Amino acid sequence: MKRQILKLDNIKELQKGIYSMTLIGDCSEVNAPGQFVNIQLDGFYLRRPISIYSYDENYITLVFKVVGEGTKVLAQAKKGDTFDVLLPLGNGFDAEKGGNKPLLVGGGIGVPPLYSLAEDLVNRGITPQVVIGFNSEKEVILADEFRAIGIEPVVTTVDGSVGVKGFVTDAMKALDYDYVYTCGPEPMLKAVYDAAPEGQFSFEARMACGFGACMGCSCETKYGYKRICKDGPILYKEEIKW
Amino acid sequence: MVDTKVMLSGLTLDNPVIPASGTFGYGKEFAEIYDINILGSISFKGTTAEPRLGNPLPRIAECPNGMINSVGLQNPGLKAVCEKELADMAEIYNKPVIANISGFSVEEYVECAKAMDKQPQVGIIEVNVSCPNVHNGGMAYGVLPESAAEVTRAVKAVTSKPVYIKLSPNVTDIVAIAKACEEAGADGLSLINTLLGMRIDINRRKPVIANKMGGFSGPAIFPVAVRMVYQVAKAVNIPVIGMGGVSSARDVIEMMMAGATAVQVGAANLVNPYACKEIIEDLPKVMEELGIERLEDIIGIIE
Repeated sequence: MKRQILKLDNIKELQKGIYSMTLIGDCSEVNAPGQFVNIQLDGFYLRRPISIYSYDENYITLVFKVVGEGTKVLAQAKKGDTFDVLLPLGNGFDAEKGGNKPLLVGGGIGVPPLYSLAEDLVNRGITPQVVIGFNSEKEVILADEFRAIGIEPVVTTVDGSVGVKGFVTDAMKALDYDYVYTCGPEPMLKAVYDAAPEGQFSFEARMACGFGACMGCSCETKYGYKRICKDGPILYKEEIKW
Repeated sequence: MVDTKVMLSGLTLDNPVIPASGTFGYGKEFAEIYDINILGSISFKGTTAEPRLGNPLPRIAECPNGMINSVGLQNPGLKAVCEKELADMAEIYNKPVIANISGFSVEEYVECAKAMDKQPQVGIIEVNVSCPNVHNGGMAYGVLPESAAEVTRAVKAVTSKPVYIKLSPNVTDIVAIAKACEEAGADGLSLINTLLGMRIDINRRKPVIANKMGGFSGPAIFPVAVRMVYQVAKAVNIPVIGMGGVSSARDVIEMMMAGATAVQVGAANLVNPYACKEIIEDLPKVMEELGIERLEDIIGIIE
């Protein structure tokens, strides 16, 4: 982890209330998809943890949803604004463990970190299957970005306005896979957990420091307590207590 | 050259800056980003006799200029701390450390103190009688002069190391409790622990923290901390470690002018992992600016 001052290069609204923001500067320490940053915002005491959508050594792109006062302020940022950012945080996905038939399952704002994992897998010669679920067509994000790297994602919506009507687990029934990478709301993670033979699950928690000092986000696993921020956010199926 | 050294119960600290218990773990996460040997000392994560899992999530709530935590003394327990954590800490920090201990009974405080007494790297035992996040213990001992004194006497009886009692601000008269600890033999006092606080999510109509209430810390509580350090330091003849919202070298100096001999930095470490390093680097500059040659000269100069 390092503290870097990053400059906003561009910000755009992908869907109502969901933004993509690219920050440039030294991002060379980011070393795995699924890692996150903790970003300082003027007027707020605690930083805001946000997952990384894509990265290389000179930039990170974050995709976030406006859910409270902090993200509301972040969404108003302009090109040239600078941010004090702690990065990289968390363990990230291990792309090597997924075998030859991995399935990526994302829900809502949990979809972005799976994109850089998909890219990573494609670069390793593995084209993963991808299922991304949303409430309705108005919330669908990143489907075209997956297509651009040669993956046709199965889109599900709860209201059936586009793609398969239902939940991600409904679409998973029709697929053949032996390993799952997933990120999304906790009820979705639980449903995927019940369906998947094995895999990596990205969790979310309210946190203060984001780097393992405060124990604000510890959760119980089969192998003792783990900090979502430092030992996670990715936990393996065999260690999750559900 | 200004002199930042302070004396704390026979220990000479290179500077008065000490990360506060529960905000610095055992130093590992910070040693990855700077050489933590610059720190005056470290008060490591509070230890209880048995391992504790802590409170349910969420444990954190944001506040204007501060935060609420309800971690609930999560720690691996006395045995693991003494056998593993302290050994690991010795690899990354070569000065005496402060062992923060908690208990749910006088016997538990005694058990922790006995074990810490045997650890050569422990310079001071800091007895937490003020954790707001656990029931039937912690703060319960710190809210009455009699029980605070009882814990102090029991711990003093089993250790030859200096014993500091960490006091709660959630009391009607902190001076009375401080004096009771002094009379019971405390070598020093640490104050203040967090203020009991609460936030409500008005959209969900529920408390933000799973345990409803938690300990409020950060710059917002600094004036309360300065006031209490001032009142206590004036009333006792033992050293006071001042804490509560300290975030800058100027805050350190203000806390010392109020009467603190050393200063702990808590929540600031969580929003800026370099906070203690920056404070230590700024301190000589701010001292020169203010015409302070020896930091010890300003302790308690406010009448």
